Amino acid sequence: MSPEQETRTRQDRRHSAEERRAAREAQLIASEQQRALKPNDFPGGIHPPENKHQSTGEPIGSIPLADDLFVPLVQHVGTTALPLVKLGERVLKGQKIGEADGLISCAVHAPSSGTVVALEPVPVPHPSGMPVDGVVIRTDGKEEWCDLQPCEDFRKVAPVDLLEKIRECGIAGLGGAGFPAAVKLDPHGGTEIDTLIINGTECEPYITADDMTMRERASEIIAGVEILAYILDEPERVLIGIEDNKPEAIEAMRKAAEGTRFDIVVYPTKYPSGGEKQLIQILTGREVPNKGLPANVGIICHNTGTARAVYRAVRYGEPLISRVTTVVGEALERQRNIDVPLGTPIRHILKHHGAHRGLMQRIIHGGPMMGFTLEDDSAPVIKTTTCILVPTKEELPPPPPAQPCIRCGFCAEVCPASLLPQQLYWYARAEDREKLQAYNLFDCIECGACSYVCPSSIPLVQYYRAAKGDIRIAEEEKEKSDRARERFEFRKLRLEKAEKEKEEKRKARREAAEQARRQREQESDSPEAQAAKQEADVVAAALARVKAKQASPEQQLARAQRSLTSAEHRVERMEKKLADAPAEQRDQLAAQLKAAQLKVEEARQKLAKAEAAANTSGSPPSAVEDAADVQSGTAAPVPGPVSEERKDKAKQAIERARAAAAARASMSDADKLAAEIEAMKARVAKSEARLQKARDENDPNVDAFATALEKMRNKLEEKMREQNNGGGAD
Amino acid sequence: MLEWFSAISTPLLVLGGMALAFGALLGFAAVRFRVEGDPLVEQVDALLPQTQCGQCGYPGCRPYAEAIVNGDQINKCPPGGQATINELANLLDMEPMPLDAEHGVEDVKKVAFIREAECIGCTKCIQACPVDAIVGAAKYMHTVIVDECTGCDLCVEPCPVDCIDMVPLETSLQDWHPEIPEDGVKLIASDRPQRGTLSSDGSRGDKNKRDAA
Amino acid sequence: MSSPHARAGDRTARVMLQVALAAIPGVLALVVYFGIGVLINIALCTVTALLCEAGVMKLRGRPVAFYLKDYSAFITALLLGIALPPYCAWWLPVVGSAAAIILSKQLYGGIGYNPFNPAMVGYVVLLISFPVEMTRWVGPGELIMGSPSISEAFALVFGNYSIDGFTRATPLEIVRLNQSVLLSQLYETEPMLARGNLAGFGWEAVNAGFLLGGLYLLYRGIITWHAPVGMLATILLLSLMFYDSGSSLSEGSPILHLFSGATMLGAFFIITDPVSGATSNRGRLIFGIGVGLITYVIRAWGSYPDAVAFAVLLMNFAAPTIDNYTLPRTYGHKAPRKATDVEEQ
Repeated sequence: MSPEQETRTRQDRRHSAEERRAAREAQLIASEQQRALKPNDFPGGIHPPENKHQSTGEPIGSIPLADDLFVPLVQHVGTTALPLVKLGERVLKGQKIGEADGLISCAVHAPSSGTVVALEPVPVPHPSGMPVDGVVIRTDGKEEWCDLQPCEDFRKVAPVDLLEKIRECGIAGLGGAGFPAAVKLDPHGGTEIDTLIINGTECEPYITADDMTMRERASEIIAGVEILAYILDEPERVLIGIEDNKPEAIEAMRKAAEGTRFDIVVYPTKYPSGGEKQLIQILTGREVPNKGLPANVGIICHNTGTARAVYRAVRYGEPLISRVTTVVGEALERQRNIDVPLGTPIRHILKHHGAHRGLMQRIIHGGPMMGFTLEDDSAPVIKTTTCILVPTKEELPPPPPAQPCIRCGFCAEVCPASLLPQQLYWYARAEDREKLQAYNLFDCIECGACSYVCPSSIPLVQYYRAAKGDIRIAEEEKEKSDRARERFEFRKLRLEKAEKEKEEKRKARREAAEQARRQREQESDSPEAQAAKQEADVVAAALARVKAKQASPEQQLARAQRSLTSAEHRVERMEKKLADAPAEQRDQLAAQLKAAQLKVEEARQKLAKAEAAANTSGSPPSAVEDAADVQSGTAAPVPGPVSEERKDKAKQAIERARAAAAARASMSDADKLAAEIEAMKARVAKSEARLQKARDENDPNVDAFATALEKMRNKLEEKMREQNNGGGAD
Repeated sequence: MLEWFSAISTPLLVLGGMALAFGALLGFAAVRFRVEGDPLVEQVDALLPQTQCGQCGYPGCRPYAEAIVNGDQINKCPPGGQATINELANLLDMEPMPLDAEHGVEDVKKVAFIREAECIGCTKCIQACPVDAIVGAAKYMHTVIVDECTGCDLCVEPCPVDCIDMVPLETSLQDWHPEIPEDGVKLIASDRPQRGTLSSDGSRGDKNKRDAA
Repeated sequence: MSSPHARAGDRTARVMLQVALAAIPGVLALVVYFGIGVLINIALCTVTALLCEAGVMKLRGRPVAFYLKDYSAFITALLLGIALPPYCAWWLPVVGSAAAIILSKQLYGGIGYNPFNPAMVGYVVLLISFPVEMTRWVGPGELIMGSPSISEAFALVFGNYSIDGFTRATPLEIVRLNQSVLLSQLYETEPMLARGNLAGFGWEAVNAGFLLGGLYLLYRGIITWHAPVGMLATILLLSLMFYDSGSSLSEGSPILHLFSGATMLGAFFIITDPVSGATSNRGRLIFGIGVGLITYVIRAWGSYPDAVAFAVLLMNFAAPTIDNYTLPRTYGHKAPRKATDVEEQ
């Protein structure tokens, strides 16, 4: 074979390989498209009793407006919104009362018109039961809307502006997670979005909010989907996924979607098919990569309720101020879905649904699989409140005590993420963070399927949540400690550098002085030198004179007396002037007088000092001090011993702190208290001395020292009282 | 004699040759795979909490890390607490030991807080802070950068007007996470409150106190 | 209270009771063909096991009733009672179940913590300590002029009545001990094999009983198919390979191996013990294959006629290693990871 031939064959081969690859890709795409309409399955999953019929008997209703609406400023995933209203301000329905703080945040709006009666931490549905900052609005019942900007044809508006609109309207995912919708719709530098998925699965038992919304408001949802598709630059496929246990909703959605290119895909009911990752697997066969987002595989997923909220926001300019919530549970007389303003206290809702206090054992926010119990029924409905479940004890019995894990593996069978829950459980108990991560703890979606089937009733999900939180905090701490180390090292370096620089400067100065001296000696004969010498002599003489003056206590005393008398004269004059002055000048004069009086005071003190100095004449210390001052003004201070001393001081401080800590540790509570009191007393004494000194020196911080002393005394008294009380109890 | 020598010469040669070969190999490895610095100190230092508080008796975390590598005890770090001791024990392949109370006790995480109205701007706390987490200038109010404060409390003592408090770090909603659940039944016999020991919930503590009194 | 708030009704106790329920056909077959000896064994084992469990719980300061209620000790006792030769002296079940509960289970930390299958530990302790007593199996009643009556049974177990008159070689022993005879000849001459349908009279029924129970457990979702299928398929394959068309060197037919000895009991009741087995499904398959392999190797070339117990214990050793290499592929990850690969941080 000739070389030419050979290259050609090689080229041919390459071509054919490329063709084959292209063909394979086309085939893959085609098969994926086919698969899209034929739903896939995902591993694991469970079939808990659906309990959906209780709340689907009635159309979506409403309840009377609550008197007070508690609107938390964080109802979403992300940072807390910044309040925009003041106490006592009147707000209109739909008025923005909280501004999104940063990118991952959400604006908050007034759900009804009324007055802001409080800006304070309000209860919020959260497993921690912690309150968050919020706005309390006392409603006036007028439901007076603020100005809204409707938009007839969204296609005339740029997608960027629509996104801004959605952001302004504070739309967070209504499926339960509450991620800001605008952020999700604006994928930053990801792959191209080829699929928009609308999630109408609602796989959790009991919850029917999406179901009822789809039945009654299908056209609004479809209109919202159109907007979403437009914003995403018309992705190739738009899939609306609904579980097959909602025939009415499927029917309504099919009808509403007629004439559009949206596909409605129906798949068998299985929990948790509504999980975003699971739904993506069902509808497209793709998997969201570990630590990635759906956008990484070209998919954006939104809830049906969110689609509707987007429609309302774009078409009518309505912000997100109400949502459809399922109110269900055997402890209620009436079970249904309601469209309720955000901020409505759950207590208010329960009251209007005939909650039977005797039967009620707990309130669950969300569904029975992923929801959490509420400590406080004054918590309000927020953007993520899909369901309020009030079961009786028989309906959802409290879990029996957990037994040891027997590694039966039921949990691994049902895990939709193909994890090994029993292994994770072991390692969570052992707090083995490395192993937990090796077993992919962070891929757990906390769906609760494992706990549901666990024959030993182990609260597995709680272990995972706790472990995740621990790891997250440990990582944060690690980061913080790394930063602290860096700063510490940097500080050390800086101090060393500063020390070195000082040292060098001193050296340079000393050398310069030395050189100058030598030069002077060398040139002592020249006239300039003579002149310089003379000049130096003059300076020295002047210095000596000043020194002598200052050194003489008698002279000082005399000067002090002089200044005192002059000050006193001035005060007298001032007083006279003040007496004669017209009313409008009085304030000014009074101030001047006060200043003069202060001067007198000062002069008196100086006099007293001078007198004291004069009394202890001979070699008065002040003179020595002054001499030292003069010296230090000319020559460089001796650096070595000082810094040494400082270092020693630091060391001593550490030693002292250590000794104190050691002593503290080895003492009983009472002893500790006593020791603390001793330490306090010492500090008070020190502080008194400091104050005295400050007074003597007329330090401007006298007041600060005085208050500090006062406070320390108070503290000391408190401690002593505590000690006395403790002693009494013993 | 010669026979005897020839009999042992082969093993001698073989063994000697092997010794030389392996020695050369080891020498080569020592040169080729030499690790710069003292990685163990780095590793120990990485586990310490970097509060730089000096409670261990060393001026900072790194000196303590060096001391640990040179054989000092690993239980002198109260801010790190038992968790750090366990990690150190794991790293150094030692038995974990309880925290040495001589150096202090484990406490909740705290940060320094300057009551700004009372601050006189003396800069003493700024000089004391080991991680430069206090900002301010002479005669101007100082304040603590909460995110950078390690809670070492070295700034409290030097303050002339006592305006620095150590306040417990509050957990925010975002930081909150549930605790590891309690076991339905106590699994291990030593979990039971026993005579002479203080249980964690203090249910037995009263009796103890009375005994002591 | 943490989610989920809803729970499936299954409790550990119910799972254990399902296992006991599934063992009924096999036990019934044992009673029909070998008499009531197995029931005495089960009773003795159960009483001892529960007493030991309660005693240890008491010593360890744990709630006794709470742990007895999970029936795990009962299941251990049941399986050991089934595995022991019927009409053996009373102290065998007592020693065996005490070893199973105390040595193998409680010393390791109780339910869920034992690395070895307790019933099999009890069995192997007895087999090694008392090889003679442990290998004397009574023949099926029809081959030995009727199984022992109740009074005879009690005399055998508690008195010093000799069992020699009732014992017969098991099918596996027959095949092992007659390496110079063609299999077909054995099937003609040995009544044990001649009366049965290929796998030994009585024994095949017992194994069929356990197979039935196993299928029930599969149907109820209590066990997965992986371990049993792994074990049975391996035994089938190996016995096919070494069947040697029934020559005098043959190690026995596949049917004989599958339906004789403790094959079905082991496949569905022993190796499916979740605590001491592998955790993932792939791991279970490998675990089953390992048990099948070792069982066959010992049966064919080792010094014991049956070897399920040894095979299970040996594979228990291997379970953590199997787990390490058979992690399932987690959603969103490219390849399954070995647990030893700790993520770089």
